[in-house]
Amino acid sequence: MRARATLLFWQVLVFVLFLAGWHFGTATGVLDPFFFSRPLDVLERTWRDFASGVIWRHLWITLVETILAFVLGSIGGVLAGFWLARRELLSAIFQPYLKAINAMPRVVLAPIFALWFGLGIWSKVALGVTLVFFIVFFAVYQGVREVNPVLVANARMLGMNERQMLRHLYMPAALSWMFASLHAAVGFALVGAVVGEYLGSAAGLGYRIQQAEGSFDVTGVFSGMLVLAVFVLVIDALVSFVERRLLVWRPQAAVTGIEA
Amino acid sequence: MQGDQRAHAAVRLEGVSITYRLPDGRRYPAVSATDLAVASGEFVALVGPTGCGKSTLLNVVAGLVAPSTGRVLIDGDPLSGINHRAGYLFQQEALFPWKTALANVALGLEVKGVPRGEARAKAERWLARVGLGAFADRYPHQLSGGQKKRVGLAQVLAREPSILLMDEPFGPLDAQTRAIMGELLLELWSAEKKAVLFVTHDLEEAIALADRVLIMSAGPEARIIGDHRVPIARPRDIHEVRLTPAFLEIHRALWHELRAEVLKGYARSEGTTDRLP
Ligand SMILES: Nc1ncnc2c1ncn2[C@@H]1O[C@H](COP(=O)(O)OP(=O)(O)O)[C@@H](O)[C@H]1O
Ligand SMILES: [Mg+2]
Repeated sequence: MRARATLLFWQVLVFVLFLAGWHFGTATGVLDPFFFSRPLDVLERTWRDFASGVIWRHLWITLVETILAFVLGSIGGVLAGFWLARRELLSAIFQPYLKAINAMPRVVLAPIFALWFGLGIWSKVALGVTLVFFIVFFAVYQGVREVNPVLVANARMLGMNERQMLRHLYMPAALSWMFASLHAAVGFALVGAVVGEYLGSAAGLGYRIQQAEGSFDVTGVFSGMLVLAVFVLVIDALVSFVERRLLVWRPQAAVTGIEA
Repeated sequence: MQGDQRAHAAVRLEGVSITYRLPDGRRYPAVSATDLAVASGEFVALVGPTGCGKSTLLNVVAGLVAPSTGRVLIDGDPLSGINHRAGYLFQQEALFPWKTALANVALGLEVKGVPRGEARAKAERWLARVGLGAFADRYPHQLSGGQKKRVGLAQVLAREPSILLMDEPFGPLDAQTRAIMGELLLELWSAEKKAVLFVTHDLEEAIALADRVLIMSAGPEARIIGDHRVPIARPRDIHEVRLTPAFLEIHRALWHELRAEVLKGYARSEGTTDRLP
């Protein structure tokens, strides 16, 4: 417990030092407030946006897009990962296409998705899905492919059929890979949503940042980024919570248990 | 007489050879034309230099590897696919790390269709029999090497196989733990006699445990070159037995044979792939 408190102390200290540097930089004129804004201005703006309530609608829309992209992309990635990992020929056929699509910068897809799905939330969800899917897909694929062959042999000797092997062997084996990827996936779901909003929409945090940039409102841009950062930390914490519940068997859990 | 014996053998290999195909396309003839029989209730140990093909032979009996030539008969029936009458304690760690000791043992019963409650109760009894009653809720990473082997043994035995395959099961354990595991194994085996095929690199362990000791030649094209009955009465005390004249005598004879093969094995692995076609 003390180790946790010490860690938190240092984490907060880094943030405070950063704010202090920024504050004194702008106060002494080293940093021009027009280009860099001021930390207190950013905090005040953020506070005002929440107090007046204008931000809630945008936050809600970005949240919905992020969650939809995360959930749909993850489900797709898990299913495709499990499915292809057990099929040598199919995965060999699809390999180059998957790699090519994954290497493509998704931003170029945003206008196409806007054309296909309109300027509402679905074009943003689609963009997020293309990011989340591949992260989860490759993790699950890897996790299933790299299952310890001795465990596979033991499962077969214990008389497991395909379905039982999936349930007792491949799914739990892929789970820890999956969770490692889900942390990244949360971030990318949000990136997809915000970039989509930024490039063309009428609502959401990305839209607000784009509006602020259009009027050289640096404070507004930083305020939007602050809200985004807190937002992604909260979702990430939720993923960690679920992860700890599901992966109790991992040695790491015991080690941190001793430290804490 | 021949037919009679055939009916009684729990495991019989007839002219079994195994050739591995290497990734670069070459072939490696690991084991050549091997005959082997284990009667039901018989404890047979298989010793040989490392890399000669002991695990390969066990995998064939388990049905995990198909022989390139020859036949595998289990209780007289030709084997195809996994050998469901056999339980296999692997050389490497093979417990499911995401399951507790109890769940690991119960798993082999649950997949057979035994109701969950019944499987758990039976798994608990087996954990108690291997001396781990108090460790049911531990995950594998929370157990010592010896404890993990005990859980593995319980996992295999709980399914009541008529054939038990063991691949250097106590290899990585320290000397004291090995001796204790050997005692435990003999105790469990004498309670319900299974056909045991026990691979080890430890000649003393082989003689102390087995009814019969088979010696394999160094690979490639390894064969069984020695088949020796151990003329020591049961029940045996694993510690005491090592000091008896009968033990020393058979140990000396077998070591003489084994030593030559081990040296050949070293010479070949240093001369690398000279015998590869
Ligand atoms: N899957 C495989 N592919 C190619 N060669 C193998 C494979 N498995 C084992 N071998 C080779 O077969 C020989 C026998 O291996 P193994 O049965 O594991 O020996 P042991 O158990 O007696 O130490 C070794 O030379 C090993 O390199
Ligand atoms: Mg081996």
